[in-house]
Amino acid sequence: MLTKRIIPCLDVKNGKVVKGIHFENLKDAGDPVIQAKYYSDEGADELVFLDISATIEKRKTIKNLVRDVASNISIPFTVGGGIGSIKDILILLENGADKVSINTCAIKNPDIIYNGAKMFGSQCIVIAIDAKRIAKKTWQVYIESGKIPTGIDVKNWAKKVEELGAGEILLTSIDADGTMNGYDIELMRCITKIVKIPVIASGGAGKLQHLYDVLTLGNASAVLLASLLHYRMLTIKDIKNFLFRKKIPVRLEKNENTCS
Amino acid sequence: MTGIIHYGAGNIFSIINCLDRCGERVLMISHPDRLKKVERIVLPGVGAFDRGIEYLKKTCLYQAIKDESEKGKPILGICLGLQMFFEESEEGKQNGLGLLPGFVRKFPKEIKFPVPHMGWNTVRFYRNSRISNKIPAKSSFYFAHSFYAIPQDKKIISGTTTYGIKFASVVEKNNIIGVQFHPEKSAKNGFILIQNFLKI
Repeated sequence: MLTKRIIPCLDVKNGKVVKGIHFENLKDAGDPVIQAKYYSDEGADELVFLDISATIEKRKTIKNLVRDVASNISIPFTVGGGIGSIKDILILLENGADKVSINTCAIKNPDIIYNGAKMFGSQCIVIAIDAKRIAKKTWQVYIESGKIPTGIDVKNWAKKVEELGAGEILLTSIDADGTMNGYDIELMRCITKIVKIPVIASGGAGKLQHLYDVLTLGNASAVLLASLLHYRMLTIKDIKNFLFRKKIPVRLEKNENTCS
Repeated sequence: MTGIIHYGAGNIFSIINCLDRCGERVLMISHPDRLKKVERIVLPGVGAFDRGIEYLKKTCLYQAIKDESEKGKPILGICLGLQMFFEESEEGKQNGLGLLPGFVRKFPKEIKFPVPHMGWNTVRFYRNSRISNKIPAKSSFYFAHSFYAIPQDKKIISGTTTYGIKFASVVEKNNIIGVQFHPEKSAKNGFILIQNFLKI
């Protein structure tokens, strides 16, 4: 049985992992390679790195970071942040990333989804969507780390990225992110109902029950977690044991690192 | 020494890294001459079916892989690599390598799960499996695919996985071994599987 995935998200800025509340107010939460190894050894199913400092000059930093991480872990990982071209994708994949997560650039230039999927396969093109509620059951897509509204309805955009060949959607509720009050289940339901590709839920997890809710009611394929894990409020083991007891399929095998 | 077919697109860093950790020497292959120098071949799975086959044809590796495989050289196909072993795929128009009879199909629309099939799923190894030596008969591996192979000869199936339907996730026929999942991304189980391949 396919298991629900628990995915720690490491926001990276200037080579360090940081935490975001409402995409602002960043705090240092440790070294990326050590954390990646820690989470991999702890039983994470995948990892996501978001380079929130990504600019052209910093491209080299993230490339080296990707290589270091890929050399030290043997589970899949995704890299996002500032990806603006097919060449950017190629560099990340060649250095050991399994998937790339694209947000702003996909809105500005949707062709990157189609071309990226055609060249590298859908399985490595993750489209990150940041959505903010504007009315009952209506959400708008935001870009530039949740700062700029696009006027695009999240449902239309989710359908469009699927048609263009995206392999997964990473869906973040801007309203819920950092609150620890639970996911925007309605948003998640609304999107998982209309797309066939897997949707990863992000933003708002504060306790175990929230994870259960978004995986069942929200029908998410995976959950992306940052603060909860980074500050050791919960461990991956706590989460998986809880979900297992609630009859959610999870992978309980450990990633004992025989590879290093 | 193991040769890895290099398409120039996608992550083969992880498979190189994994072989490296096994203490195996690795040669990147984008030319038939180099293929003759290696004891084993890994055909990784990156991108789409037609693109992969077109690349193999353009570099003359298409025929070279077939020749080396006929000589009995062990060859491991991963994900799309496994799919390319077969005769044809719903994903493209090109003929596959045809090393194994059968074809490749997309997960039917009717299954109620998301496609691509993405994440950790259980592989049930059959008793005839050599590649799963020292791996529990029911183990998790990482999958990322929308297509799956249907071998004509069911006897070559040595592991299955269920995702809406039951499909062949491991095939083994003499020197030809294919896995639909990514051993290089499947933590400990994947590492043991690669070690087993190196002993074949």
